Amino acid sequence: MKKSRVTVQEFINAKHAFEIIFVRGATEGINLVAQSYGRSHFKAGDEIIISTMEHHSNIVPWQMLAEQCGAILKIIPIFDTGEIDLEAYQQLFSSRTKIVAVTHASNVLGTINPIKKMAHIAHAHQVPILVDGAQAFPHMAVDVQELDCDFYVFSAHKAYGPTGLGVLYGKAQLLEKMPPYQSGGDMIESVSFTKTTFNKLPFKFEAGTPHIGGVIAFNESLHYLRTIGMQNITAHEKELLIYTTQKLREFSDINIMGTAPEKLGVISFVFNDIHPHDIGTVLDHEGIAVRAGHHCAMPLMERFHVPATVRVSFGLYNNQSDVDIFIAGLHQVKRLFS
Amino acid sequence: MSELRELYQETIIDHGRHPRNFGVLPEANLHQEGFNPLCGDKIIIHVYENNDIIENMTFEGVGCAISMASASLMTECLKGKSKQEVQEMFDAFHQLMTERNHSVNDKLGKLAVLAGVIDFPVRVKCATLAWHTLKAALAHESYVVNTEESLK
Repeated sequence: MKKSRVTVQEFINAKHAFEIIFVRGATEGINLVAQSYGRSHFKAGDEIIISTMEHHSNIVPWQMLAEQCGAILKIIPIFDTGEIDLEAYQQLFSSRTKIVAVTHASNVLGTINPIKKMAHIAHAHQVPILVDGAQAFPHMAVDVQELDCDFYVFSAHKAYGPTGLGVLYGKAQLLEKMPPYQSGGDMIESVSFTKTTFNKLPFKFEAGTPHIGGVIAFNESLHYLRTIGMQNITAHEKELLIYTTQKLREFSDINIMGTAPEKLGVISFVFNDIHPHDIGTVLDHEGIAVRAGHHCAMPLMERFHVPATVRVSFGLYNNQSDVDIFIAGLHQVKRLFS
Repeated sequence: MSELRELYQETIIDHGRHPRNFGVLPEANLHQEGFNPLCGDKIIIHVYENNDIIENMTFEGVGCAISMASASLMTECLKGKSKQEVQEMFDAFHQLMTERNHSVNDKLGKLAVLAGVIDFPVRVKCATLAWHTLKAALAHESYVVNTEESLK
């Protein structure tokens, strides 16, 4: 486990290995911060800033926390291109702002958010920033010190690792101030019926027997990614993104949602009035797996006035011929539904 | 392709695109909402029930071709039917979705065009949402029908 922790530390360039906490997934990482940091620091009337493009897992934990402590959620608007409105973001800060929680990259739009800039703005207001890296981590190099984020979370299963495992990175000085999230074995130093003292970082936040097998396996996933090189993965997926976007633009009745210049290999679109699930079924029949639906981002669907979209996304194993099959599948959709 | 053609028959495409009995029903005395949280499909069924007979029925909603066509065909087929007959049709339709038994086809008439859904298990919920919503309406249920809770 120690080896894996160091591998993760090196992978995201954290200052210390003890800043790496193993959790069940990005979702648990966010819940941990909301419940441990939030509940011990936030009072009624305090404000939490999140963005319009968040996945439900970076909305609901904050909503629950807000209900528990009387805090208020403030939402950063986005432009039609799917980019954060940075000016509006700055305007949201007040003396009551307590945290910013924002995704590194949108799982729907593909937009890569300007985290470094956003962290800088948050820090100018003495506010910490949590970054949801679930979508970004497997597709681009992440350097938490360079981004200067205070928390960064991601899931192992999206990075070719096992399910049920994720990582919370937190700056040491913040993690040290935070009370444990869950309690039990491993997270204690000594226990008596009158007093318990807690173990040091990272163990304070890893109550109970951890997912040892998963953690060891994840070390291998990271070695695999490192062997290929994150820059190469980003470049490969970018190429597929450009190729696919060009092909999709040849359809006059396909509307791409999210046209930011800084994008990961994720394309959401709507095709005429054909429902995304019908498109999904036809593509599935051709062996192409896309996601159809609201992508756990219902507020974002509302922002773009669509009930659902089709999302095609790329992994390092995809190639141009996959895209050609996908495009042929779309022609078939058109034939079936015209 | 043949499986897909079987699923997306012309009747389905037609009803999906131009659903019949779509809209509000001023004289309705029963209203029921149905929701599939996994895909966001929503439906509201309005029924005018008189002496255990469905005198009239309309629906509103957004969803895929399968769910809209199924709701449209259902409203067409069940008008004038008694609650008992609706229950029998419900059971027959359920069988159509879950068993490869074509003995129910005669009873279902036009609804049998949805037989292809059985080859696409993930789409069964799309086809049955309207039916479960109607069933709840006739049972005077007050909850919103949710495919993830009520449809086993």
